[in-house]
Amino acid sequence: MRRFGAVAAVGAGLVVLALAVARHPAGAASDGATVTGKVKLVGKAPANPAIDMGEEPKCKGKYTTGPVDPAVLAKNGMLANVFVYVKTGLPADAKYPAPSTPVEIDQNGCLYHPRVFGIMVGQGLSIKNSDGVLHNIKALGKKNRPFNISQPTNMVTQRPGFTVTEVMLPFECNVHGWMHAFAGVQPHPFFATTGEDGSFALKGLPPGTYTIEAWHEKFGVQTATVTVKAGETKASDFTFTAK
Amino acid sequence: MAWWLPAQASTFAGSIDKGFLAILIITGITFVLVEVGLIVFVIRYRARPGRKAHYTHGSTPAEVIWTAIPAVTMVILGIASNGLWVKIKGRSSVPAGAYTIGVHAKQFEWWFTYPGPDGKLGRVKQSLIDKTSNPTGLDPDDPASKDDIVVRNQLHVPTGHPVVLYLSAEDVIHSFYVPQFRVRQDAVPGLEIRVWFEATVPGNYELGCSMLCGMGHYKMRAQVFAHTQADFDTWAADRAAKAKGEGTS
Repeated sequence: MRRFGAVAAVGAGLVVLALAVARHPAGAASDGATVTGKVKLVGKAPANPAIDMGEEPKCKGKYTTGPVDPAVLAKNGMLANVFVYVKTGLPADAKYPAPSTPVEIDQNGCLYHPRVFGIMVGQGLSIKNSDGVLHNIKALGKKNRPFNISQPTNMVTQRPGFTVTEVMLPFECNVHGWMHAFAGVQPHPFFATTGEDGSFALKGLPPGTYTIEAWHEKFGVQTATVTVKAGETKASDFTFTAK
Repeated sequence: MAWWLPAQASTFAGSIDKGFLAILIITGITFVLVEVGLIVFVIRYRARPGRKAHYTHGSTPAEVIWTAIPAVTMVILGIASNGLWVKIKGRSSVPAGAYTIGVHAKQFEWWFTYPGPDGKLGRVKQSLIDKTSNPTGLDPDDPASKDDIVVRNQLHVPTGHPVVLYLSAEDVIHSFYVPQFRVRQDAVPGLEIRVWFEATVPGNYELGCSMLCGMGHYKMRAQVFAHTQADFDTWAADRAAKAKGEGTS
């Protein structure tokens, strides 16, 4: 009898848990909607300044042509490294667990890879030094607690990540002033960074009306409002103008 | 010039070296006398059978002498070097017409701001510092800042012409030091500190931070290029032309 009671209690617990999960899906819903789009750049893209890496032969040796600061990556009118995310519209009480896999930021060739990325609140951050020279990564959070880590050689440092939403949270290297990266810290998984073709996709969205924001380090932000039904895919393009 | 010292490459260098050598000789002789005396006393008054140690108050005249000699020596050195000190660090020491360069120190870099064709350095504000676009905090509202040239880890100076640096620090205390120029000056957060020199020998030197400032202190180095005036003018004109197109580097 006692055994039956224990099984019943566990079963009831599982049912309650399943109902809770169904109400607020943990992560992107499998039948969720998708918002896709492309980010375009109109006008002449500003030239990225050349970087003098003469002080770091190990980094300089990784480039066949002179390295440049990749602040604006535009190809065929499409803009890369734009952080696109759902700014508003998700249920206020929805909770999205952070993935157990950390986001990796690699210092390679005395540049950050990736330069622009998203990370969920509570998701780990893996900081890698592939250069074998001193890097000093500094996270300059205004809402999140800043940190400052020296990595004198090839190594990986695990960080617990960030605690609150912040767009964008800049990173810099104190040793190499040209090194910059930007993280979009989000409480949900509905974010993406545009690739070389300027495209992005926000998948698994529950039905609803959303404000989508696109952020670029040089051209600022743009927003769009999109309404999606369950399983629907909608396009929402953004256009930045180079001045 | 002592062969074991860095090359002399500024107008101050010879005088600084003379003062350094004078102090080294005085302290060297004192060091030898003290150490020899110590060894002699250790041997002469060592423990031996039949000899009993006894307490002595010492000698007042001896104490007065060995206190007065260093004190008088210090005062003489201070008076003798005062002229040089005033020439380098005095309030009115910067020669008229000195070429002005802004120096911004931060962990672990040096940022140099050169006046553009207008010959004037723009106003800077720490609050305007932007890591990606304005590393020294130049005020865009100041017309003098429009043509300023900002360069990372490269100090270019003309030879045969005085140069005055305005030092600032962003985070902790750093120290500007070019051994060949015999110039060292702390850069302190919240202060704008002036230091000047006149390079005499064209060449490439190294600027190092001489104040331990963190993990990357040893990486806080910059190249120093002492040009002839003609070469310097060419470099400045070239940088000014490039700055119009590409911003900082």
